[in-house]
Amino acid sequence: MTLQAIGLVGGRGPHARAHPLFSDLDVSVGEGESLRVTGRNGSGKSTLLRTLCGLIEPLAGELLWRGRPVRRDGTALRSELLYIGHALGLKDDLSALENLRVAQALAGRPCSEAQAAQALQALGLGPRTAAAPARTLSQGQKRRAVLARLALPVDLGAPGLLVLDEPFNALDTASVAQLTALLAQRLAQGAMLIYTTHQDQSVPARQAQTWHLGAAEQAASAGLVA
Amino acid sequence: MGRVWWTVLQRDLLLAFRRRSDVAASLGFFLMVSSLFPLGVGPERETLRTVAPGILWVAALLATLLSLGRLFALDHADGTLEQMLLSPEPLSVIVLGKVTAHWLSAGLPLVLLAPVLALQFDLPWDAIGVLAASLLLGTPVLSLLGAIGAALTLGLRGGGVLVALLVLPLYIPVLIFGAGAVSAQASGQGASAHLHLLAGVLAASLALAPWAAAMALRLSAD
Repeated sequence: MTLQAIGLVGGRGPHARAHPLFSDLDVSVGEGESLRVTGRNGSGKSTLLRTLCGLIEPLAGELLWRGRPVRRDGTALRSELLYIGHALGLKDDLSALENLRVAQALAGRPCSEAQAAQALQALGLGPRTAAAPARTLSQGQKRRAVLARLALPVDLGAPGLLVLDEPFNALDTASVAQLTALLAQRLAQGAMLIYTTHQDQSVPARQAQTWHLGAAEQAASAGLVA
Repeated sequence: MGRVWWTVLQRDLLLAFRRRSDVAASLGFFLMVSSLFPLGVGPERETLRTVAPGILWVAALLATLLSLGRLFALDHADGTLEQMLLSPEPLSVIVLGKVTAHWLSAGLPLVLLAPVLALQFDLPWDAIGVLAASLLLGTPVLSLLGAIGAALTLGLRGGGVLVALLVLPLYIPVLIFGAGAVSAQASGQGASAHLHLLAGVLAASLALAPWAAAMALRLSAD
């Protein structure tokens, strides 16, 4: 089970082809491995993550999931994916519990109300918080409500590919430690993790790779200064 | 597949229920627009009877248009649409779930309200029955075709006006057959031909529109 990118080129906006955010990206992530994407604001971390889970078509290059091109068959990748982006995907008018159950049903891994409540409890959201409309939650609580998808029982069909955009944002210290432990546990079970973070926080993995974006731009600006 | 349709339908109906005021607003709009015409045109019975089908149908089109913004834009803003795009389930089934919920919360109330409004135009009872039947067949088409327009204009500036320009031309056949059915009934020709055509349009758009809207969503989502 691997996710492989070969010569991947990606970008956004009308000038994406002339000025791609990343180009000739070759990377391969296997079971239990992690890939941390680093770079400054606007260097294309989120675009890369969205490209890797098939949300944005790459401008060139090929993305392979289990050796098969995602371009041709995205369902195989999507059935094992858990993506949490900048927009958390919480409905303000639904409770954390309802949000969690809908998200799981959409991902093809429906869970019972008790399981959902337990997962939210594990992330520190008690029954009363979990039943309140998501609009009343704080930023950190919202993020935890979404991350509770990681704490659901494995026998529901655990996602094999975790793509997390700034998962540690807005979390308090205790929650950061808890999330790190949770991710390490998922990695030990054979999941693969692709993430970005500005915090000095890394997740222990069998093999941890780092990909730095925006190197070319930085070199250029360094030349300007010199 | 049926399960994800049911999940999305339940979710959107729950959301519509929690935001009842939005639903009430487009119904109120329908009520206002179709009540303004008798005041403007004057109390001539014959005139009112002649213009009634067209007015009620156009008001229904506009009220549907008003609620189309809710279909995908909110989900796009909070990221839940991304999660739908990343679902392993077929996107067209998810879209169909959303469209079904849209029709139940925006289209069906129009069907139920229209006969009451028809009374102020002094439509005969059999014409009122045909009006309700034509709206029952026609409003799902409005939701289905509207989904394509709403998906295409997602994330664009001024999407609201654009959706009107895009979708209203597509509504023309529905308007012609829908309003035509009531006029035909009133003139004694019988409405069955119009209603059959409307049913045909419904069948075609039920088969094609969810798929087209799903394609449009994938295009405009990134």
